[in-house]
Amino acid sequence: MSQRFFSKVLGFIGYAVQYGCIAHCTFEYVGEFVVCSGPSMEPTIANHDVVFSERLSRRLYRIEKGDIVIAKSPFDPKMNICKRVIGLEGDKVCTSGPLDPFKTHTFDQSQDGTSHHINIQSRWLYITVPRGHVWLEGDNLKNSTDSRCYGPVPYGLIQGRVCLKLWPPHNAGVLHESPNTGRILRTE
Amino acid sequence: MAQTAGLGRKYLKAFVSGFFVAVPVTVTVLDRLAYVARVEGASMQPSLNPQGALSSDVVLLNRWSVRNYEVQRGDIVSVVSPKNPKQKIIKRVIALEGDFIKTMGYKNRYVRVPDGHLWIEGDHHGHSFDSNTFGPVSLGLLHGRASHIIWPPNRWQRIRPCVPPDRRPLLNWGGSTEDDSNDDNNNK
Repeated sequence: MSQRFFSKVLGFIGYAVQYGCIAHCTFEYVGEFVVCSGPSMEPTIANHDVVFSERLSRRLYRIEKGDIVIAKSPFDPKMNICKRVIGLEGDKVCTSGPLDPFKTHTFDQSQDGTSHHINIQSRWLYITVPRGHVWLEGDNLKNSTDSRCYGPVPYGLIQGRVCLKLWPPHNAGVLHESPNTGRILRTE
Repeated sequence: MAQTAGLGRKYLKAFVSGFFVAVPVTVTVLDRLAYVARVEGASMQPSLNPQGALSSDVVLLNRWSVRNYEVQRGDIVSVVSPKNPKQKIIKRVIALEGDFIKTMGYKNRYVRVPDGHLWIEGDHHGHSFDSNTFGPVSLGLLHGRASHIIWPPNRWQRIRPCVPPDRRPLLNWGGSTEDDSNDDNNNK
């Protein structure tokens, strides 16, 4: 009797491990659902929207300019940020924040970004994104802590590319282009 | 004839079901628990690859112990290279967030490691592409902690954390004297 119970428990654990591993592989290599919070990507993604982020293009190094990505925050690896890729390595981007990413850094736990004040300087500075890095910006330029504040972000921090919006249902589907099209410099 | 076809189908079924168990479990173990990697290059001599190009060490990277991004000064860690996301580099952690460190050939002579970052260096100064070149690295790029050398067999050993005495952080060292005394206790 107890032996039978024991083998049943073992079988159950085996199944649990197997399905746990399958779930891990799916989330790690295919994609996952993410609830976004914070105003930094408005109007493309509003607070509490549910999006689907796919992992493949990150693994195949197919992230392009204009894609919305989920990345680990460079200053707190346990927090994720959702931003738009404005420049890839070698691109010239316009920065209106401080040049040195670590000198004047004020980071206060902010995906909600409410207490944030971004000091837009009158002079426009251009920098080249270094090798292996990307330049990320939120669509809501007035209320977003992004590369203008902390500089270019290593590509290795990118977790996935947001490809679909699933919730709210009335504007589910593919995501819109950036409202600030002038920020993405095309080299033609 | 029908019997052999049935047998073939049975084998195929067993193979497919085994495949669906083995692959996800292996991938999950490699992603979450432990990873085995060969060390290339001379940047970590003499700790790793002491014979140079003659033989290369194989190390076991413990991925479970870095799941919360907790490392100590002196640990040997593997990190996704900030300059080339397709490559992983293996270096020694010299300073954690908040430490002041005297750099060797970086643009600033003294650096405070920013929040959520690490200062990593190879043991072979001058032959290592490390934080003295690209600056502090984000904790989010952490990949694993090298815990054992597993090949060649005569070098099988556990890797203990040790900071080179001349590379200790200048300030913020108070908390870590405790670590030293703990190490002494362990060795007794």
